Amino acid sequence: MVRLLRTNAFRLAALYFALFAASVLALLIFIYLSTADFIERQTEATIEAEITGLAEQYQQRGLAGLIEIIRARIAAQRSDTALYLITDAALHPLAGNLSGWPGAEPIAPSWISFPVESRRRNSDETDMALARVFVLSGGYRLLVGRDLHDAQAFRSRITRTLAWAALLTLALGVAGGLFMTRNMLARVEVVNRTSARIIHGDLTQRVPLTGSGDEFDQLAANLNAMLDQIERLMAGMRQVTDNIAHDLRTPLARLRARLEVTLLERPDAARYAEALSETIVEADRLLGTFNALLSIAEAEAGSRRETMAVVDLAEIARSVAELYEPVADDKGLVLTVKIGAELPVNGDRHLLSQAIANLLDNALKYTPAGAVALSARRSADIARVEVADSGPGVPPDRREAVFDRFVRLEGSRSTPGNGLGLSLVRAVAKLHGGEVWLEDNEPGLKAIFILPTAEARALPSSRTAA
Amino acid sequence: MVSHRMKLLVIEDDREAAAYISKGLSESGYVVDHAPDGRTGLFMASSGSYDALIVDRMLPGMDGLALVAALRTAEIRTPVLILSALGAVDDRVKGLRAGGDDYLAKPFAFAELLARIEALLRRGSGGGATTRLKVGDLEMDLLARSVRRGTQDIELLPREFRLLEFLMRHAGQVVTRTMLLENVWDYHFDPQTNVIDVHVSRLRQKIDKGFARPLLHTVRGAGYSLRTE
Repeated sequence: MVRLLRTNAFRLAALYFALFAASVLALLIFIYLSTADFIERQTEATIEAEITGLAEQYQQRGLAGLIEIIRARIAAQRSDTALYLITDAALHPLAGNLSGWPGAEPIAPSWISFPVESRRRNSDETDMALARVFVLSGGYRLLVGRDLHDAQAFRSRITRTLAWAALLTLALGVAGGLFMTRNMLARVEVVNRTSARIIHGDLTQRVPLTGSGDEFDQLAANLNAMLDQIERLMAGMRQVTDNIAHDLRTPLARLRARLEVTLLERPDAARYAEALSETIVEADRLLGTFNALLSIAEAEAGSRRETMAVVDLAEIARSVAELYEPVADDKGLVLTVKIGAELPVNGDRHLLSQAIANLLDNALKYTPAGAVALSARRSADIARVEVADSGPGVPPDRREAVFDRFVRLEGSRSTPGNGLGLSLVRAVAKLHGGEVWLEDNEPGLKAIFILPTAEARALPSSRTAA
Repeated sequence: MVSHRMKLLVIEDDREAAAYISKGLSESGYVVDHAPDGRTGLFMASSGSYDALIVDRMLPGMDGLALVAALRTAEIRTPVLILSALGAVDDRVKGLRAGGDDYLAKPFAFAELLARIEALLRRGSGGGATTRLKVGDLEMDLLARSVRRGTQDIELLPREFRLLEFLMRHAGQVVTRTMLLENVWDYHFDPQTNVIDVHVSRLRQKIDKGFARPLLHTVRGAGYSLRTE
């Protein structure tokens, strides 16, 4: 229960309850005031009408006529709540159902209120009465009133009824509030329990859905989606660490073996120096692999997005082509470069350069003879860079796999490379909202790298930024 | 190799790395002091008596970038090489913005560090805007964008021209492949194929072929050097 009091849901329920109670009370008070007042006004109006009527009768038929009417009325009434009294100027009663003039002498026509003996049977209480006094010509006083017992009984009945209504409403409100709070807490509790189990290491746990599609279900669905994503990332991470362990173990073991063998050989100074430089080359290769992995991780993490600017992909491609042109030439390959007008894209110049360089590097590396073509052009809102070669190509069933980290085709192991080049290209493409894939160049391989142009990208990104 | 015993200050908290750097630089003929943390480093560097500083980015007491910024605020213009385990381009940009003159990601080859230190020291002494560069009988006119060796005009592509210009500005020093890639191409990644070697050998064809004394030399395990023997 103490825990319940501390919860936000409870506080919210309490607040709503307080507001609810206040409005119910206000409504009840309004009902009370308007009904009670209504009866009072009704009584006053009746008295007023009656006294005016009687005054008219007096004018027409004189005192005797009035007394007669009053006596008739007294005799006719059933409930015995109407009060009449006629007196002379000295307030001596002439007719009526009151024994004497109540209270002080009226100075002017006015409303008075006074106690009267109860007219009900078996009752010796006094009731309150309300009356109006009228001064007739000749100094006679006419008093017409009503015993207020019924009105008061009605008023107290209303009061009781409204009080009960208020009490019931509050009780229902408290019960409903507690029920809703508990209900809500139970749903939150489910999420909490699941989270606790996940924290304790069971990542397969998911928040159960009730199927109602309400906010709690949506929350649970989102949490589950998030957990799926985390699990996928963790699996990816584990895959990468396994790959790194695997890929780095071999060169590390080789490095260690080489050092050990060198020691066993009792080498001379020259052999020492040679072994050391070989070791450094090996270490550099390992560091290169590490750096490549870091670049991929960085691109995938998306932290570079903040530093992106509008760059010309055509210019970037041209620059990379220029860097590799002599390499192609040395290898006897024909490198054709077809780059059109400028291709503004929102991106990171360094990463885009490296991505295109990796594609071109691969094409030149794996094409023993023939031609390599680099082209960059625009089609609608897409900047499209293609690197086509006339090399051996990649079998269709391996064209996706080669984008995974450390994946190298059988037969390419003898070529230098770490199996991370295409992984970086893909990470860079994704970072920029683009795509990269491989196609058959018949013969050879064609890598297609597409990015949205800066104008095309400006619209959705500005929408998300707003 | 170093004429008047240049003084360097290494500000680095990792003892082993500091010892490795200091030893290597001492053997190359420099006088090397070492500060193990940022505050000591700032205090020592504030004397202004060093020819160059080698500052690690992550330092106890005071961050390397803050140290460089503090020095620059105090009008101390000693060239600074920033070392960092963070190799990303943004970190490089941050380092250079804080007032560093060059940036080298750990781990690095010692030859790379040495080459960059030499370039930094030379930069301090190289005066004013030159319009002509000369190494032996090789001459470059920066205004006319022409190159000649002896009496022979040499035709260069724009990129070759910039490559040669960089080599000539650092004549006599070792220039690493990474330095060329960064300064001539403005690329901060490591191309898998050694493209720089291909470009240099093309340049060599143009400036050295047919001449008795080669100017462009390969320095094994380090890079290249343009010099008259």
